[in-house]
Amino acid sequence: MDILWAQSAPLTAREVGRLIEDRDLAPTTVMTVLDRLSRKGFLNRTRDGRAWRYEPAESRDAYVTELMLEALDLTGDRSAALTRFAQAVSGSEAEILRRALTELEEQ
Amino acid sequence: MIAAAVLAALALACAVGAWRLTSARWTWRAPRTAILLWQSLGVTWGLATTGALLAYALAPYGAGVVHGLSILLTGGEFDVREPHDVIRLCALLSGFTLLAVLVAVLVAAGVQTLRAQRRHRMLLKLIAREEPAVPGVRVVDHPGAAAYCVPGLKSEVVISAGTLDLLSQDELDAMLAHEIAHARERHDLVLLPFGALLRALPWSAVVRDTQASVALLIEMAADDRARRYCSPKRLATALLRFGAATAVPTPHGALGATSGQNVMARVDRLVKPHIDLPPHVRYAVLTASAALAVSAPLLWLLPA
Repeated sequence: MDILWAQSAPLTAREVGRLIEDRDLAPTTVMTVLDRLSRKGFLNRTRDGRAWRYEPAESRDAYVTELMLEALDLTGDRSAALTRFAQAVSGSEAEILRRALTELEEQ
Repeated sequence: MIAAAVLAALALACAVGAWRLTSARWTWRAPRTAILLWQSLGVTWGLATTGALLAYALAPYGAGVVHGLSILLTGGEFDVREPHDVIRLCALLSGFTLLAVLVAVLVAAGVQTLRAQRRHRMLLKLIAREEPAVPGVRVVDHPGAAAYCVPGLKSEVVISAGTLDLLSQDELDAMLAHEIAHARERHDLVLLPFGALLRALPWSAVVRDTQASVALLIEMAADDRARRYCSPKRLATALLRFGAATAVPTPHGALGATSGQNVMARVDRLVKPHIDLPPHVRYAVLTASAALAVSAPLLWLLPA
């Protein structure tokens, strides 16, 4: 995935395999992984002659944002999918927390 | 008829009990016990409400809810002759509807949660990295503060790069102990039915407060577990530092107005001398929860 994110143009499985440096992967393994990722919607693919060309469906940053929105429970669906360390607070409440922190550290 | 009346009274008692319990503060001194009480209140309320409707509708069979239902489903006649019988028919239909809705929201919430978790895990696999400083924890490269656990058979603890910079090593350990407690005790499953109920009845203040109370209690239960492995003061400073850093500038619909107060309540519990609920009170609450949980199924069986 990182390799595809680093490229600007869609790649074929063979090109991806060539870019994976230190690992001795069989071309079929690379193809299987790419195929599965595209079926799950993480990659888009287009026909190019006899091969498929793959490109990321979303940028890496978009996925990071999605993870962080869920992590902060800002998606609004109140799902119980994750258990969080602490819920996000509002700005004025954060000020109260900061003051309490200073007090606690002086003790 | 007696069973219907008793079940109706039980359902009402559960609703009143839940309403009283949302503002109770003794629960913070024994979060685990309080969670059990909440669970039995929830189950009993559901069974008692549906049971009361069904028991009333099936009273003429004189066989109780469970046997009455089996008579009805195996071809027993449901006479509708007098106006009074129409009310019984309505009770039967609403009893079935309520039961179906409760089961359906629970299943839907379970499926949706599983799906969200699967997508989240897949994204983590693509994006997250390992960090030598915190072994076994997935790290997401984002400057914001985030720390959470994706529960499941193999739970994953995730933190953001921002959290790594924010907290000291001691505080990180304390936070991880908290998250691991969530994962071990499957707190997501505790919260799931309450969240499902809230989605079914979003306008109900009692249900909303109930969900918020249980959510806070599982955090406190995880804090209690974590403090066995780390200094409570470190956990408290970690909470404050983390809470202050997650502040979002604009108020958001998903954000509880009390989330700041909740953090403060948890910090107070950690830094002030901790007084557990006396054992006899705890056992009394546990016995009451058990009795409550058993009462509704028994009343379903009672032939009256």
